[in-house]
Parts: sequence; structure tokens; C-alpha cells
Amino acid sequence: MSDREAPVRQQLIISGVGGQGILFLTRLLAETAIHRGLAVISSETHGMAQRGGVVVSHLKVGGFPSPLVRAGTADGMLVLNAGNFRLQRPFLKADGWAAMNAPDCAEQVEGPAMHRIDADAIARESGLRQGTNLILLGFLLAPGSPFPFFCTAGDIRQVLESKQATRGNLVTQSLRALEAGLEYGTTYYLEAPGC
Amino acid sequence: MSSNILMLGNEAIAAGLVENGCAVATSYPGTPASEILSSVAAWQKATGATMHVEWGVNEKVSLEIAYTAAITGLRSAVAMKQVGLNVASDPFMSAAYQGVKGGFIVISADDPGPHSSQTEQDSRMLAMLAKVPVLDPDSPAQAREMVGLGFELSEKFEIPVLLRPTTRVCHAGQNVPAVEFSPSPISVDFTKEPSRWASTPKFRLQQHLQLVAKLEQIAVHPATAPKRINPGVTAPKAVLACGVAAAHAREIMTDSGLIDTLPLYQVLQPFPLHSEFRDRLLASYDQILILEETSGVIEMQLADRQRTRGKLTGFVAEAGELIPETVERLLKDFAGITGDAAAPVDTAGGRKPTLCPGCPHRTSFYAIKKAAPHGIYPSDIGCYTLGLNLGAVDSVLCMGAAVSQAAGFYQAFRLAGKETDIVATIGDSTFFHAGIPPLIDAVTQNARFVLVILDNSTTAMTGNQPTPALGSGAMGEPTVAVDIEGLVNACGIRFCQVADPTELPDFIALLQKALAFSHSNGPAVVIARHPCVIDRRRKVAPPRRPVTITPDCTGCRYCVTSFECPALIFDEQQKRVHIDRLTCQDCGVCVHVCPVGAIIEQQTEGGLQP
Repeated sequence: MSDREAPVRQQLIISGVGGQGILFLTRLLAETAIHRGLAVISSETHGMAQRGGVVVSHLKVGGFPSPLVRAGTADGMLVLNAGNFRLQRPFLKADGWAAMNAPDCAEQVEGPAMHRIDADAIARESGLRQGTNLILLGFLLAPGSPFPFFCTAGDIRQVLESKQATRGNLVTQSLRALEAGLEYGTTYYLEAPGC
Repeated sequence: MSSNILMLGNEAIAAGLVENGCAVATSYPGTPASEILSSVAAWQKATGATMHVEWGVNEKVSLEIAYTAAITGLRSAVAMKQVGLNVASDPFMSAAYQGVKGGFIVISADDPGPHSSQTEQDSRMLAMLAKVPVLDPDSPAQAREMVGLGFELSEKFEIPVLLRPTTRVCHAGQNVPAVEFSPSPISVDFTKEPSRWASTPKFRLQQHLQLVAKLEQIAVHPATAPKRINPGVTAPKAVLACGVAAAHAREIMTDSGLIDTLPLYQVLQPFPLHSEFRDRLLASYDQILILEETSGVIEMQLADRQRTRGKLTGFVAEAGELIPETVERLLKDFAGITGDAAAPVDTAGGRKPTLCPGCPHRTSFYAIKKAAPHGIYPSDIGCYTLGLNLGAVDSVLCMGAAVSQAAGFYQAFRLAGKETDIVATIGDSTFFHAGIPPLIDAVTQNARFVLVILDNSTTAMTGNQPTPALGSGAMGEPTVAVDIEGLVNACGIRFCQVADPTELPDFIALLQKALAFSHSNGPAVVIARHPCVIDRRRKVAPPRRPVTITPDCTGCRYCVTSFECPALIFDEQQKRVHIDRLTCQDCGVCVHVCPVGAIIEQQTEGGLQP
């Protein structure tokens, strides 16, 4: 990440289905923005959608009054459920990017810069049942990732570690998942693949 | 900004309550308001504030308890979702007449969209009906400030105040200053004054006259007056915005440059609209765009259809959420800017919500369809509304209506000389909330149906709040546990049995027995008791019965369509079902579902095959 300058103003969409830890990921990123001294506003999905339905968070870093991202203005998208990509794609601006959890390249379409990781498979293989969200984030923040982001993996680690006292096991699992994503990403970006 | 922390709107409202010396806080959970009371409980613990914090049995009871604290001089608050205010509307209307001593805030969270509600109703209309002032925040930070403003307003005019956040405020997260709490002494004084606190109709007229006079004063109260966002900008047109629409408008007008050409006002108190502001506005501008959710409350008070552009004039749609793309288009149309605004993102589609893997409700619904395949299935409000996916929910009206609708279906069919199986479902929390009066009614009228109380020992849909049967309260403190069987029996029900729905064959047999009883004897109740799979506070973990799919799977899809467990996945390439080990809860119920017996209990540890 050191070779990329972190933007101080960024609009993001975090998309998945209920049970994937979208809210945890959104709050972690919002707290990391505050940790970096940036203003933040977000919008979460609660209620019945959390029972396996489409859950989307909007996250706006850097002093926005409205909690919602408008169509065509998102800088990037974290897609935890590949099937959602087509639904939320109109939020992305023309040169927006997406980091996606998908088992194969089926959801790849013309347009945005996209990198893909099978985070579910890594979660299963590493025994990190709830780890898909942080594996994807680790992948996004791995050295060599071309996508600009307002924070680094180191920032995420610090914010997670600050919660160790109150949420011990969750933090340990989250850190392990973050590292798993970083490790995969480090090799992935070196090999410069694509879907 | 290092002292800033992240708060949801609901957490910020809770922080405001604790910081402003609220002594009694009550609530019944409902999206988008649910996190307010649990956050109050958390802040109370963190600060050591002297408070009574409770999950009431329903919104009416919750409002009455908090209101009564306010007539003894304490600051108090009650929180609910908008349809909860319907339930609490009776005491709300009268509380306006009798007024308060200590500050009293009614928080009713609206859900334009609607995202997780039965209606899009505008609680501000109920405030108008009750003649109560209402504050409408645009963000978590402003919602927190409005708690302080609301307590002052309430005490100054001895009137309840409605705080009306919407989903986009309740579930927005924002950096805000950490809680600053200084303890205040608790002093209670109930002065007997029957003409006020037990007012008869003669006195109610006096109270109504006083209420009207209070509203006139509140309409000139400086602290809640509208704010000019861009002073100095002049034009023949102006924009009025309120709630989160004001935040959208500010951002869009800044991005587009309209902020330099079009006067923008933010209304903090949409009812009563400040009278001087109203007169000045109508005298100064030819056209006024009003952006508010969900009804035209400000617009009604401007009462000049020649000048206003809003919900009542048809300029703004009367239903649905004012999302930023819509606000952008309206602002551009109003300003006469041609060119395209981005179309709203169509958020429909994608995976639909479903009961969790291992959810005991799924098993109950599957059993109901087996026991009464041609029955009518009234249901209610909660996770189990998702029994829709299994074809086991035919009607959902409002809290508690499953029981009365079952009786209504029975009476209607009886008149036509038709006998049909009727199996109603209601959750445990919803049963306590509004299910008991209709059950008494069903007994007296001998309405013949089976009521299945889906008892997962929690209020699951809204985040696992305790029910009265749990024996612990909002702060985790021990409470007296109320026995559901005892309540059912006391209503006069003569068939009441408890069973675990995950023991599927036995449960189907019990439902058949209950149906037979209902047809010859009157209403029967089956309590389906099994803990919620996502309740972290559940006392006992259910036994794990890991399953596997044998090569006998024919790919018939019966388990996927009729049992609809998200952990059973149809593999389109192999044309057979496999188990998603990331989400499967090992409940083992699907063993009884497969028509060819291809789902079997795993015999040995390890070596699970997908």
C-alpha cells in the first residue's frame, strides 16, 4: 500500500447477503476512517433482509452530509455475494472498481476494473466460518492491489486489536481472516492475473 | 477528531437520552428503532446513570410507563417503530391533553420505502392529530442534539414531544463525540391534581384549549426554528427540506452549485411550523419546493397551492422514499436545469430473505403443511413471516392479527357451511404483545382453529431482545418469567401442548391431533418450542446432528423447494443437492424431508462430504 496514496474522500458500496458480516465490515471500515481522522457517514441494511436477503451498506469517507451513495458516484465496491454485482453495479462511477468474492469468473462483465477471490473456499479450508468478509478485505488491501483505498491493512489491524479486550474471539478470527486474504492477494497480484 | 466515535443514529439518540438525564426509558423492539433501548442500556451501564430501562410488553404499555414517570417530574422517553405508535396512539392522544412535568420524548421511527415495515405512514401526521410538536433530524448527530432540544421544549410547555427519525437516520453511522455524562439527582414529586391527571370530559375541553394555546407558543419557540443553510443567496424560488432529505439536498446542491443560487432552508420542527417563518416564506418567494418524508406535513401548513411544489401538488411522489437520485431530479426540475440526472438504482431482485439454516420455524411450517395441506394459514409479524417462502403463510396484517384472522376465517367459512383446517402462527414475543385478547375472544366465540405459538425464547427479527418468558430484562437483570402455557390455559383454551418442532414426525402427529380437537371442541394451541439458532444468549445449544447426502440423491429438488433450507444447495452441473458446510447448523431435520431417504445422519466424526 505504501506505493499508493490513500484518498481522503471515498464513496464505497459493500454488498452481500444476510449472515455474511456486512454490518461488521461496514462498521470496521467506518471506525478505521475515524482512526485516520476522517469524517465518515454510512448507511446500513437492517431488518428482514438480514435473514439471507440482499444486504447493502453505503460508506462515505471524508465529510459528506447524506448517508446514501448516488448512482454513478461510487469509487469502489466490495462484493461478498457475486450474484449482487449486477444489481449494484449502477452505483459505480465510470472508472470505479470492484473486489469480489466469487468461485469463478461467471460474474465478470465488461466495464469496471475487477479482481476476484474465492473467499468462501478459503474460509472453509481455514476453518474461518464467519471470515468471508475479512478475507475479501485482506485481498483488497494486499500489496500490489491496484485499487486506491482510504486505509491500509495496518490501520485495520490496529482498529481490530483495539477491540481485543471486549470482543476477543471475534477479533482473533477476524485478524486470521484478514491475514488469509492478504496472503492470497500478495501472490495473486504478483502473478497479475485477471478474470 | 480523536475523541470521536462511530455511532448509529439509534446509538446517538440513546447517548442523547442518557446525557440529558433521562431517568425512565422504555421500548418495544421494531425496525428501524430497535437499537435505541439496547444502546440506552449499554450507556447506562457504562455511565452508572440512575435509570429504569425496560422492554415493555408492547408500545402502549411502554408509552404509559414512561409517560407516568414524566408526570412525576422525571425526564423519560419511549421508543418504537411507526406502526408501534398506532398501538400506543390511545395514551399518546390523551398525554397531549394532560401534559407533563418532566420532559417526555416519544421516539417514533418511520420507514419510508418501506424497508422493513407494513406501512410507510408518517408519524408526524399522528403528531398533528395529537397536537404534539415533532422534531425531524437529518443525521445521527442532529438526532442526538434534538433529544436535548426536545426535553427543553417538553418541559417549557409541559407537553410530550415526538422525535421522528427515519430509517436513514436510525441506521446511518457517523463520527460523533463520545458520551459526556454528569449524574443528576433523581427527584420525584407527584402532586395530586385530579382535574388534570384524572380529567373528566369537562376538564378535557379546558385541556384542549390549553393545548391549542401551547402550540401557538411552540410555533414561535426560537430554539427549534428553521435554519437557513445558505444565507445571502436570493432568488424568487426557495427550497425547504426536512429530515434526511435535507442532508441529500445539501450535498446535491453543493455538488451542482445550486447552493449558490437557490435559497435552502432546513425545517427542524415540521409541526407546528413556525408561524413567522411561514408568513415570511409566503411573502418572499413565488415558488417553494418542499422535500419531506413521507407526507406533505409542512406543505399542508403552508396552505398556498399556487406557490408550493410538493406532495400535495403532485410535484413530489406521495409514496416511496426520497432517495438522493429522486431529490437530485426534483431539484434540477425545480431550478429549471435541463439535462439528465442519474436514474435511481433498481434495488429489487437478488437473493430473497429466507429463514436461517437450522431455524426451528422452518420445521414448524413444514409440519403445518404436512398436517393440514389444504388449510388456511394466517400468520403474523416476525421472522416467521418468511414462512411465505414455504407457502405456509396466507395472511399477515399487523401485530397479533394471526389469532383474530384465524377466528375471522372460521366465522366466515362457518356461515357458508364450510369446514376447513385453519392453522395460525404467531411468535412468542408477538403473542405477548397482542395475541392474548384475540385468544380470549376465540375461546368465548368457540372459533375452531389451531394456533401454533412459535416459541424460540426471543424477539429474533429485531435483534434478539428478551420476551417476558425469558426471565431477564433489558439490562440483563433477572425478571419474573411469565409462563406461556399458563397464559394460554388461563385464556380458557382446553388443548394446549408443548413440543419441539425439530422432532419432525412427532410434531406433525401432534398438529394432526390438535386439528382433530379444534374441529370438534374449539380452539387448540400448540407451543413449538426450540431456541433461535442465532440467539447468542440462548441457554442450551440444541444437539448437533450432522447430515450427509448419499449417492441416492435423484436431484428431484424437493428439499430445496419444499423445505427451502439455504444450506441445501442444488448443484446445477451435477444435478444433485449438496450441503453448504459454511452455513449448515447440523440440525438434522432434513433427514425426515428427503422423499428417497438420500439425506442421512453422519455416523462418524470428521470426513464430512460436501
